[in-house]
Amino acid sequence: MKVHEFQAKELLQAHGVPVPRGRVARSPEEAEVIARELGVPVAVKAQIHAGGRGKAGGIRLAASPDEAQEAAAQILGRVLVTHQTGPEGRLVRSVLVEEALRPTRELYLAVVIENALGMPVLMASDAGGVDIEEVARATPEKIVKAPVDPYLGFQPFQARALGRRLGLTGRTLTEFAGIAYSLYRLLREEDAELAEINPLALTNGRLVAIDAKLILDDNAAYRHPDRPADQEMTELERMAKEHDLSYVELDGDIAIIGNGAGLVMSTLDMVAHFGGRPANFLDVGGGASTEAMKQALAIATRKPGVRALFVNIFGGITRCDDIARGIVENRPSVPMVVRLTGTNEEEGRAILEAQGIRAFTDPVEAAREAVQLCAGRVQEVRHGHPR
Amino acid sequence: MAILVDEQTRVLVQGITGYQGEFHTRQMLAFGTKVVAGTSPGKGGSTVHGVPVFDTVEEAVKETGATASCIFVPARGAKDAALEAIASGLDPVVIITEHIPVHDAIEIVAYARQKGVHVVGPNGPGLASAGRCKIGIMPNHLFQQGKVGVVSRSGTLTYEIVAALTRAGLGETTAVGLGGDPVVGMTFVEVLELFESDPETQAVVLIGEIGGSAEEEAAEYIARRFTKPVVAYIAGRTAPPGKRMGHAGAVISGTEGTAQSKIEALRAAGVAVADLPSDVPGLLQEILGSSGNS
Repeated sequence: MKVHEFQAKELLQAHGVPVPRGRVARSPEEAEVIARELGVPVAVKAQIHAGGRGKAGGIRLAASPDEAQEAAAQILGRVLVTHQTGPEGRLVRSVLVEEALRPTRELYLAVVIENALGMPVLMASDAGGVDIEEVARATPEKIVKAPVDPYLGFQPFQARALGRRLGLTGRTLTEFAGIAYSLYRLLREEDAELAEINPLALTNGRLVAIDAKLILDDNAAYRHPDRPADQEMTELERMAKEHDLSYVELDGDIAIIGNGAGLVMSTLDMVAHFGGRPANFLDVGGGASTEAMKQALAIATRKPGVRALFVNIFGGITRCDDIARGIVENRPSVPMVVRLTGTNEEEGRAILEAQGIRAFTDPVEAAREAVQLCAGRVQEVRHGHPR
Repeated sequence: MAILVDEQTRVLVQGITGYQGEFHTRQMLAFGTKVVAGTSPGKGGSTVHGVPVFDTVEEAVKETGATASCIFVPARGAKDAALEAIASGLDPVVIITEHIPVHDAIEIVAYARQKGVHVVGPNGPGLASAGRCKIGIMPNHLFQQGKVGVVSRSGTLTYEIVAALTRAGLGETTAVGLGGDPVVGMTFVEVLELFESDPETQAVVLIGEIGGSAEEEAAEYIARRFTKPVVAYIAGRTAPPGKRMGHAGAVISGTEGTAQSKIEALRAAGVAVADLPSDVPGLLQEILGSSGNS
């Protein structure tokens, strides 16, 4: 789960990392009050789960409280499109108003979990303040790394060595090492997958985290009852999460339901292969019950613009008869193609056939049929004969 | 032969008295797996499908000579269970449990590495050597002893492809599901190394998906060292960046982890990449046919 910048900064501060003074505002008036309290100039920053806000007009400087109010009015309620949001953009519901600092130097510092190593890695660069993926592509030599042995834990010498490789000296070097240690502790104690400060800026001789990104591990949520809720899920994504279904909204018109992440991804690919456009990714998970399947059907077909539904099930722990019962008990109103094979396949087929639903065995035939069915629907709608 | 597990493997099921543990113990026994013991703290002395249950792994190993473990313990207790199995020297340790926190997985994998134990998973279907031994939850009826090794990051997609191999008459040696989490025990490269030295395995199917760089690392190894034919399938060609597609490991960030980058790396290493899962057996037959079935 991603959290907003202001939430990331609250956690950084709690772990001893210096951040600019500031507060979150949900209205222009609130922004004005905060700017007055802090003293100007201030930065007014859109709070969305995506980078590239500056270029998209989501970060503004204000030289007076009035200007802060005006900036907030322009940003709040706007849909911000950045290179990380996709074309649909993200609605801005809050802004962070904080003191504007003038850095003399911008660094990058992060602790990430490197999957291939299976351990956290400390990463730093003196090319801070820009997209680090761009730095990695264009000038990989500007990024220095140190893996952290999970049994040894983080050692201060590692951070000092990284700091020296960036050319840091004196008090800045020891401050940098302290911040790196705090960031690693935050990663472990908050169960984060990524803790990133970019830029870590040198301002009036002190290092300050001007922007920060945190990704928290959803699987560890039970260890952190105080965590904020994800505010950027769509209503359908929230419904799915409540029922332990894995749902991602896409922009096509064929709703997809399957069991197992890999199988569902491959189902999306098959539909696209035959020229169709998937409306979503929906994994009912292993051992899905009749109830879970009914919920999945409700969620997948609720999205506006869905013209057909493709259910692709390979029963293992999941039983085909449970799935079939879910389908007949919550039969969708859109045309549907079902592919059913694996555990209790015969029972599942019998349940569907009693209701006049034919199930495919072959996934490719079924995918082709789903795409044709959807194209047929488009034709019908164009000719004025919906359904 | 086969890899990792065979007729000699004596399996301990951790979490054997739970819903999944009990059900899949029965399935594993039906497959022909020698399930010799189970553990469930506080329930030592009972039996599940005739399998004796112990309180600790230490006792179970001492009493039954178990050599490998299968873990169904829920996420909150899974790290403890895995460390207990590794500490007792069981190998492989197969972790079926999903939703294990990534920092727990990091500790499990680090300890396994230190002890030289193979960990399969977490969040995977386990592994099976056709006709010999299954540890995990793959459906029994899919398998037919044969000549193809399978290694995969996905569960149900593995079933899909194993079923297709069986239908095509190719059959399998061992199928290994690595697990869908960002940090897992065994990697593609480690499994490929074992297939390389297994005389029964004549070709390998590699099933990958978006996210991370495991497929690219496999491609590099295949180009350098691997002498047997490989056919690959990569799921997630149409997945949008930044969205997590079910598996915690399946998220594209920036330009890293795209299906395109993986497919290109594999093709450059001489791997035949299938467009659809159902194309896999045909590609294999073409390659095996042309190389004189050797």
